Amino acid sequence: METLSSLADGFAIALTFQNILLALLGCFLGTLMGALPGLGPSNGVAILIPLAFTLGLGATPSLILLTSVYYGAMYGGRISSILLNIPGDEPAMMTCLDGYPMAQKGRAGEALSLSGVASFVGAFFATWGLIFLAPQLVKIALLFGPAEYFALFTLAFATLGGVASSNQAKTAFAAALGIGLATVGVDTQTGVPRFTFGEVHLYDGIDFLVAIVGLFALSEVFIFLEHRHGEADASKKKVTIGRLMPSYALLKSCTPTMLRTSFLGFIAGVLPGAGASLGSFISYTMEKKLVDKEGTFGTGDPRGVAAPEAGNNAAAGGALVPMLALGVPGSGTTAVLLAVLLALNITPGPLLFTQQPDVVWGLIAALFIANFMLLAMNIPMIGLFTRVLLVPPRILMPIVAMVSFVGIYGISGSSFDLLVMIGFGVMGWILRKLDVPLVPIILGTLLGNSMENNLRRAITIDNGNWWTLVDSPLSITLWSLAIIGFVLPIIFGKVLKARMKHMAKDEEGATID
Amino acid sequence: MAFKSTRLLLAAAFLGASAFGVSAADFKPENPECIAPANPGGGWDFTCRQVGKSLQDAKLLDKTMQVVNLAGGGGGVAFAEVVNKRGGDNDLIVAASAATATRLAQGAYPGNTMDQVRWIATIGADYGVIAVAADSPVNTLPELLEQIKSDPTSVSVAGGSAVGGWDHLKVLIAANAFGIDDVRSVKYIAFDGGGEAVTQLLAGSVQAFTGDVSEAKGFVDSGDIKVIAVLSPDRLPGDFADFPTAVEQGVDAIGANWRGFYAPGDMSDDAYNAWVSKIADLYATDAWKGVMAANGLAPLDLQGEEFEQFVSGSVNQIQTISKEIGIIK
Repeated sequence: METLSSLADGFAIALTFQNILLALLGCFLGTLMGALPGLGPSNGVAILIPLAFTLGLGATPSLILLTSVYYGAMYGGRISSILLNIPGDEPAMMTCLDGYPMAQKGRAGEALSLSGVASFVGAFFATWGLIFLAPQLVKIALLFGPAEYFALFTLAFATLGGVASSNQAKTAFAAALGIGLATVGVDTQTGVPRFTFGEVHLYDGIDFLVAIVGLFALSEVFIFLEHRHGEADASKKKVTIGRLMPSYALLKSCTPTMLRTSFLGFIAGVLPGAGASLGSFISYTMEKKLVDKEGTFGTGDPRGVAAPEAGNNAAAGGALVPMLALGVPGSGTTAVLLAVLLALNITPGPLLFTQQPDVVWGLIAALFIANFMLLAMNIPMIGLFTRVLLVPPRILMPIVAMVSFVGIYGISGSSFDLLVMIGFGVMGWILRKLDVPLVPIILGTLLGNSMENNLRRAITIDNGNWWTLVDSPLSITLWSLAIIGFVLPIIFGKVLKARMKHMAKDEEGATID
Repeated sequence: MAFKSTRLLLAAAFLGASAFGVSAADFKPENPECIAPANPGGGWDFTCRQVGKSLQDAKLLDKTMQVVNLAGGGGGVAFAEVVNKRGGDNDLIVAASAATATRLAQGAYPGNTMDQVRWIATIGADYGVIAVAADSPVNTLPELLEQIKSDPTSVSVAGGSAVGGWDHLKVLIAANAFGIDDVRSVKYIAFDGGGEAVTQLLAGSVQAFTGDVSEAKGFVDSGDIKVIAVLSPDRLPGDFADFPTAVEQGVDAIGANWRGFYAPGDMSDDAYNAWVSKIADLYATDAWKGVMAANGLAPLDLQGEEFEQFVSGSVNQIQTISKEIGIIK
């Protein structure tokens, strides 16, 4: 009950004219940022930090503005995933899998509004989760040592086979490629530069944002260039929005999915370092394993849209838990928010809730307000956001290319990153021709480093004893899940293959990734 | 004659001083710019933004200092940019810290050395701490080091920097001072940032933590960790006055993560002196004392020539210890 009265105080702080206006502004800018390919939540927040500071805002208003941007970008990421098959940000990757096929079937409007609702559900429950879990967090986080993290990452990769591919070997190859790319840069466990060729730009490793934009956006442009004499000018690729409101039956059929994945996504978000990408990824995979009896996931199943969106928005809320309670960011974006807190003279950590309750509860109340605003904005106004993206390819593709270049250069200010991005674009183009899925590459690049570091930490701590990896009940559980997730598809391989053949007939190669 | 020459000298000194004073006051950066060699957030970004804001508040700058984030290579990208492309820029300063000196010493900025730029001044320091979990049986630094000496495999030390990074070196400096000859035997586990390292200390995965005062502050206040040594020459003021220094426990180790600025190597003397005196004036204000207190920065006041020597001294120390642990040859 004490929690609820604190929350009421928080609403009193958040419900001032200025703060509501800031939340509205943040939601709108955030959705736009999220919708534009390549500009994810981290960049959205990072770009708007100067705005908050030049407006001379105090701690709570600044945080309200920036967390609204954060939530808004999590909503916005799905728009370009569904309409263009280009994830607006990395957690929206999984939304492409079913969102884009839905759009191709003329159900883009339904996909957008359904994912809007799913985002709302995910974020709503995650915010409640944040309220009740944040104070309890220290104990949960402390169960995860390096060995447990390694098992968790293994679980993520072991279940990859079921996600994106029609061919397990190609998925494994793509994941290995991604993990390989993650080894570029200075190795934190020995301080030795690996595969940097004396190039100082590579010391920090490959920025996965650059990799994502190259692999997804630029390769799309290359494919367009290749086919420009054929279908490009014809309106074949044009997507019809269709009806905007999802039917009651559709919502009802997706409700269990949304609730389950909100929970899963929240848990994934709370784990430091895992973040929203893992949230949407695990949500999609689990849901696919759980309810995909007819093998419709990947071909435009509405549940395949609801699952990752509820999952990644729940993870976004979950990631705030360790950030506020421990000062340990749960994702890239919360790392940026953490930096904002520090710049505002607020030290997150166990004491924040007792010493500066107005900041914490004002922020949490603002999250609720922003979430309702975003729902309101994303259902009726979705037409406005989509119009930005619904232009014919011959106009859109140059814009995609331009935004990719300007966006990446704007973030890093380095022409070297542009070269890396072009390299990834060419690689993505070739891999698409070979029918190799791109999602595992990004996941490998994203998680590979943490996975390797945790393995080596665990082994070093236990003086080279590999059995330390299975030394706690938690890690044994995670390992068992990973083995089941990996072995099951092999046992049921025949059934799956038949299903895959069926799927492959229905869709074109490009939609798989 | 003697009298005359003295007078001449005095006059010359006076003239020189006034010329210096005038030119330093005369130089006004047209577009003051500060490069933070990392992404927004973090120490270097804070150094640029906070100093830029405070300089303007204190009327030491009449224009807003623009902050440019130029991340990459642990500061190497920015260093190379300043050396190669902006060597004569009088309006530019770059945020630096002990990490900059560490990487320069280890040759982690390929082809760059510390004398390619001019070192301006420090704005404070974040002293190192060595801590253990609140329920650890270890209570003093010598106890911990004795344990490492007798059985190095029994103690894992966690820190937020890479192997060979500043957090690692601080433990090694302490181990060295205690008389552990083979510092390579000290088991150091690198985490992504001090927060993660402390979390693993609380989880019991590791036995000790090496980091900075500012990283440890929140966990000390909440009673989760026990600071067994602060690596400062004297006890720190304020909340940290209760914690013993390593020196008073007989381990002669000092580790200051200083924060400050360097400027392009071909910056004019006028501009250099102006920047040095601006930072010095800022350091002397009460407003800056407040900023330091709020952000856990301890006093460290070095400017111009003095700062240049300090950096050069710490580069040498880091080179020596890095050779011992085999990071560089």
